[in-house]
Amino acid sequence: MLQGHQSWVFPSRPAILSSAAVGGPFESNSAVANDFDILHDDLWLGQESYEKAEKKLLEDACNRAMEKAGKKKEDVQFFLSGDLINQIISSTFTARTLAIPYLGIFGACSSSMEGLALAAMLVDSKSAELVLAATSSHNAALEKQFRYPTEYGAQKPPTAQWTVTGAGAALLGQGEETEHKGEGKVLRVTAATIGRVVDMGLSDPFNLGGAMAPAAVDTIQAHFRDMQNDHTHYDLIATGDLGKVGHQLATDLLDKHGIEIPEDKFVDCGMLIYAPEQPVIAGGSGCACSAVVTYGHLFNRMYRGEFKKILVLATGALLSPLSFQQKESIPCIAHGVVIESEERV
Amino acid sequence: MSDKAKKKLTPTQQEYQAFAKKREPKRPVLKNSLRAFLVGGVICVIGQGFQWFYMTFFDFTETTASNPTVASMIILAVILTSLGVYDHIAQWAGAGTIVPVTGFANTLASAALDHRSEGFVLGVGGNMFKIAGPVITYGVFSAFVIGLIAVVLKWLGGI
Repeated sequence: MLQGHQSWVFPSRPAILSSAAVGGPFESNSAVANDFDILHDDLWLGQESYEKAEKKLLEDACNRAMEKAGKKKEDVQFFLSGDLINQIISSTFTARTLAIPYLGIFGACSSSMEGLALAAMLVDSKSAELVLAATSSHNAALEKQFRYPTEYGAQKPPTAQWTVTGAGAALLGQGEETEHKGEGKVLRVTAATIGRVVDMGLSDPFNLGGAMAPAAVDTIQAHFRDMQNDHTHYDLIATGDLGKVGHQLATDLLDKHGIEIPEDKFVDCGMLIYAPEQPVIAGGSGCACSAVVTYGHLFNRMYRGEFKKILVLATGALLSPLSFQQKESIPCIAHGVVIESEERV
Repeated sequence: MSDKAKKKLTPTQQEYQAFAKKREPKRPVLKNSLRAFLVGGVICVIGQGFQWFYMTFFDFTETTASNPTVASMIILAVILTSLGVYDHIAQWAGAGTIVPVTGFANTLASAALDHRSEGFVLGVGGNMFKIAGPVITYGVFSAFVIGLIAVVLKWLGGI
């Protein structure tokens, strides 16, 4: 149901029956390593190419999510997925394996929340009983496509970020019947705000956090306006992959616009994911960044009762290697989804 | 911006860019230069070692020893690239590892490695010079232009 200009509220409160987070070898040493369902110790995952490895990550996440809920792929009506490899092949090939009716989406690193918001809408409008939303990214596949070869010795600037190797999936349903008990709690998607493209004319692909910060702030502002609320309604507001540089910028921008969010409530998945000693420069990025942190780490914390209501804003830089070479600036977007936990009855 | 003259930045964009610039961590130029100086120097010392080795133990003169020396440095760089070590050294050393011949070997080897999955012809063959290509293209072109200048100068003044 539309609320305000660009937000949806879901009166039926679709339940997240299960979620899964899968990671690669670098993620095994991350700060949130315990929150992953599957961790692979081989960057290739036994495949012949990085692209095939990414597909495997996504398949693993989807299968694990369905398995946790005790559902079969035949029970799921729709599969929504997006990734960053050209023509979103990781998603498409996963959809081929799963054989679930599929809608491919592209929102770069905002795909996780774009998928979750659309899945919630499908369930809420009774267009589906079960919907699977997923996304993935692979460090080497992404570097190869967007930047330099993975082993190329170019020095990265202090604003550069590290692409997460991983995949995240969430299974949404009308009912709340699931094998995943979540410590007696059930998570529900209650609202979403769809962002608009914000382009501040920045064109440095090694400073995506700086380019995306205004998009995140724009969507936060729109969300508070549409919902007619403020930060006091949330226990946590998490952005997707702004990194240290982008997070500082977003904090300062919010301050400038007079939107108050206390420091301890405003976090970034790109800063939460890796351990301080990992050489990720400004933080994590990639589609999987917000997906694995939200579907793994943040959901687990919600099950443990640390937060009751959170707002996750997945941020995406919608550039292509071609647009960047043609000196285009970087269009950015952020989609926000509200997730609430309640006691299972 | 694709066309700076036509598509001027709006005041809001200009304001944000100034705002972002102020908060952007700068590249530590002095530290990077020092590291580049150190590592670049070490690479040259290793090269010098190879040259002495070829001159002492084999029948090479100072001029002819440069060929096996360069080859050895290239092999060393390619091995380090294949082992996934070179890019980590480079993140620390910056220009120190890019500028010497080892950097050139790394650009070729890294591109070839990445595109191995697309086959030997379209993958390795087609992409090996992805980064090194421009260096060769403009290197050859600059040499041609400098050559022309030299010929003209000789013809004019007989320098």
